[in-house]
Amino acid sequence: MLITCPYCGPRDVIEFTYQGDGNRERPQPASQNLDAWNAYVYNRLNPAGDHNEIWQHSGGCRAHLRVVRNTLTHEVSSVAFARGDHKSAARHKAEGKP
Amino acid sequence: MSPRRTDAGGRIDRLRTIRFTFDGAPYIGHAGDTLASALLANGVTLFGRSFKYHRPRGVLTSGVEEPNALVTVLRGEVREPNIAATMVEIYDGLTAVSQNRFPSLSWDLSAANQLGGKLLSAGFYYKTFMGPAIGPLKGTRFWMFCEHFIRRAAGLGRAGIAADTARYERMNAFCDVLVVGSGPAGLMAARAAADQGARVILSELEPHFGGSANWSGETIDGMPAADWAARAAGQLEGYDNVRLLPRTTVWGYYDGNTLAALERVTDHKERPGKGEPRHRYWTIRAKSVVLATGSFERPLVFPGNDRPGVMLAHAAERYANEYGVLPGNRIALFTNNDSAYRCALALKKAGAAIVAIVDVRPELSSEIRELADEVEAKNLSAHAVVATEGGKALAGIKVQRFDMVNGALAGDRRSIQADCLLMSGGWSPTIHLASQDGAKAEWNAARQAFLPPNATQRWIGAGAFTGSFSTAEAIAEGRAAGLSAAGGTGTPAALPVVEAAPGDPDPAPVFEIKADGKSFVDFQHDVTAEDVRLAHREGFISVEHLKRYTTLGMATDQGKSSNIPGHAIMAEALGKPIPEVGTTRFRPPFSAVSIGSLAAERFGDLRPERLTPMHDWHVANGATMYSAGLWYRPMIYGHAGETIEQAYVREAKATRESAGIVDVSTLGKIAVQGPDAAEFLDRVYTNMFSTLAVGKARYGLMLREDGLAFDDGTTWRLGEQDFLMTTTTANAGKVMQHLEYFLDVIWPELKVHVTSVTDQWAGAAIGGPKARAILAACVTGTAVDNAALPFMGIVHGKISGVSVMICRLSFSGEMAFEVYSGAGYGTHVWEALIEAGKPFGLVTYGLEALGTMRIEKGHVTGAEIDGRTTARDLHLDWMLSKKKPFIGSAMMDREGLIAPGRLELVGLISLYNQPLNGGAHIVEALDEANPHDSIGHITACCYSPALGKYIALALVKDGKARRGTRAHISDPLRNRFGPVEIVSNHFFDPDGSRMHG
Repeated sequence: MLITCPYCGPRDVIEFTYQGDGNRERPQPASQNLDAWNAYVYNRLNPAGDHNEIWQHSGGCRAHLRVVRNTLTHEVSSVAFARGDHKSAARHKAEGKP
Repeated sequence: MSPRRTDAGGRIDRLRTIRFTFDGAPYIGHAGDTLASALLANGVTLFGRSFKYHRPRGVLTSGVEEPNALVTVLRGEVREPNIAATMVEIYDGLTAVSQNRFPSLSWDLSAANQLGGKLLSAGFYYKTFMGPAIGPLKGTRFWMFCEHFIRRAAGLGRAGIAADTARYERMNAFCDVLVVGSGPAGLMAARAAADQGARVILSELEPHFGGSANWSGETIDGMPAADWAARAAGQLEGYDNVRLLPRTTVWGYYDGNTLAALERVTDHKERPGKGEPRHRYWTIRAKSVVLATGSFERPLVFPGNDRPGVMLAHAAERYANEYGVLPGNRIALFTNNDSAYRCALALKKAGAAIVAIVDVRPELSSEIRELADEVEAKNLSAHAVVATEGGKALAGIKVQRFDMVNGALAGDRRSIQADCLLMSGGWSPTIHLASQDGAKAEWNAARQAFLPPNATQRWIGAGAFTGSFSTAEAIAEGRAAGLSAAGGTGTPAALPVVEAAPGDPDPAPVFEIKADGKSFVDFQHDVTAEDVRLAHREGFISVEHLKRYTTLGMATDQGKSSNIPGHAIMAEALGKPIPEVGTTRFRPPFSAVSIGSLAAERFGDLRPERLTPMHDWHVANGATMYSAGLWYRPMIYGHAGETIEQAYVREAKATRESAGIVDVSTLGKIAVQGPDAAEFLDRVYTNMFSTLAVGKARYGLMLREDGLAFDDGTTWRLGEQDFLMTTTTANAGKVMQHLEYFLDVIWPELKVHVTSVTDQWAGAAIGGPKARAILAACVTGTAVDNAALPFMGIVHGKISGVSVMICRLSFSGEMAFEVYSGAGYGTHVWEALIEAGKPFGLVTYGLEALGTMRIEKGHVTGAEIDGRTTARDLHLDWMLSKKKPFIGSAMMDREGLIAPGRLELVGLISLYNQPLNGGAHIVEALDEANPHDSIGHITACCYSPALGKYIALALVKDGKARRGTRAHISDPLRNRFGPVEIVSNHFFDPDGSRMHG
């Protein structure tokens, strides 16, 4: 399985660490809604098909990526920075920085 | 001259003689021979004994699908069992032995098993090893005694016990087009793709490229097909963008168009060349794959179809045409399709007499009748072979009239003398890789075969793999596939012209001839047609159950020749058509893969070693090093004659009496920097960091999202926006990842950067009543007195000319300082500290003394922060800020985490003056014979020089409330039992007067 890191290009899955279901929504830090916290901490989607996941390029640039992976075929249909901020990445690339 | 070697022909090098042994007997073969062809040439018919019945077996095939002729190859002390003789290229000195026979191959005691056929039927193991439920042997070990012998009798080769001395390699390769199989289709595909400029890898599991061209006897572009193939392969060698991999089996098709292949680099050599591995494991990432893997011929199922001398038709054709070997002199054929007639012609041309062609079909096409006439064979259409005769070699066959519509036999049995019977039950495309890819194969009624499914990944099929069995089709499809795989659309020149024997690719739908006697479906696992029907009668009607119950297709050949006949017989028993019975999915590997190649260079301990900057000093000064995760740390600096306990007690005692120094470079260190750094730390830690003054440090605790304790450490504020976080050695990586996750995914709006700086700093902790005086003696540029450097204060100065950062904090409970310098100066600063400490009696101490002093102080580490404990369990609830939310704050007060009965941190004092052990259980009432009702366990233990007692930290149910009470250690594993007193975890100096000074 290859994941195309927006910084580093296509890399083997061995360089990445799975960081969980990307659909989870963290309650506001001060929230006391235990149900919401329970859902965030323990509930995971388990779809047969496209799944929104967080992967860290731990053996590379260490960026967290939002990856859409098909759980049936392992096909990766989209990769984006989890922080949603492409500007800094683009700037680094333009300047030839790693 | 060898008895079965033809006078001319074949693609062996008759000028090169090769000597080898089989079962100790010397034989001679030629370069280009396999072990199977060389033994056949020498007149050997008996290759092995079968799995269950120990029936004599010859060689059935000429390739990778061989189920019968399995041998063990010996190289020195190293033995490799279950190798198909058809896949062993002979070399001078090759030593091979047969398997599953005792005392010898030709005289095998267990052959008597054949007589007990009813006992050894399907499900034998499940039925037999239940043991007698009634009778005199009930409840005895008699059956287990029998099992030993039965299991020994059944089986294949014996695994070796000598270590494998061979070297294995791993390779990663990338290409635009991977072509699997180098028959005419594969060669055309590789050429077409290469001409488009694509990077091509062509793999072939045999030693020579060309596939069926090497033995088909056909003509391509006016030259023998084998010459055409050799020329095509030679041309490909000249391409810079083509990599040729002979002797390479692509055995796995994984997602992302990643394929696994095994290259047998030196198995065919007497000894490997310099630097050559035995096998090479290839991981190939292909943009596109051409599957040109050909097809396997199927056996027919009839009584005695396993007798030595019975062989697949095309295998005999190959032995004759490629190796110059005749498998018999008087050859009969038995077929349900046209392809066998071509074989008959080839063998006739090679010099054999074709005595009969038995064909289940009543009608033959005129061109096939002409072929039969050409070989001058008795043509018995609408007949079937119903028995074979002979012992270790075939003597003759019996045939009878056969009606293929209802399978009925009629008329008298006729005997025909023959020393070889060739059978052809049609062809099955080698769809294994496509099946691994995921889709379900489709039954084609005309071809009587499962054809490859539609591709789910990027592959294209060509040739016999797709059910196109003629060479002309293979050539056309191969070129089209290669073009398409490379993304080309050109209309190239004319295709090579093929001259081939005629023949219809569709066989008659006949798989089995039902007559008395054992008819084998799975030769390697000795599964008969009757076993399949028995399984059906016993209720195993799913094809997956059938497979497991009868073990059909589960031998090392993975049913390459037996699956389809097995399915057909099952389908008939069920009264369903074959496609409704379904097929099992093929899984990797396609054929056996050496374990060595999977491990390749990864065996042994290849973890990196992490050494602190002062490592060499420790080793040179008598430290016993201890591996902690990837790190190596001094355990003790032992003196001559000291035990470990004596050494650490001395070190800890000296530290508390004067001063000690320990290397703390392994602590995780993370620079947390940026305008929002303080805010970030407030969210990450349970306690406040935004209130921390510059130049001060604070002890912090982190929780996980679920509210359990995660890690602890001190964080130093070096500047308004600049913090240095320390973590426990073991959790450094995890904490870093935790921080990065929250910054990247949860709070991207925070302007904070985290950087691992563990390796950039060398750290030494110096503690004890004399520690401050020692620092005062060597630090310049700053004062270190209580005013300049209060508890948790940080100063910058120099030691022996090197800049250092000193923080006054304490893990040992003494007045203590952590001195950090650039890693490159670590040893320099360390030595300066040692030198300055000499007049004060400074000692070096290791992990054992460090642990001892922390136990005395009741500090927690990973043994207590074990992923199950909360801050409250560890009496760290004073660190849980109520003024702000933090990671874990919402979940930490859940019912179960604050319920009574939780394990809480306590101290234990041994009341029987014996060492306590980590992991030992604690009980209220001792019951040595039947230990029960544990109330907790020990997490850390030592002899405390400060208390003069054996002490421990423990997690005990409602531990806080039990302080002052007694309990018992119950450690049946180490046979240690004894009373302890439960106390506070703060054994020593609980009010901290020593470290506050």
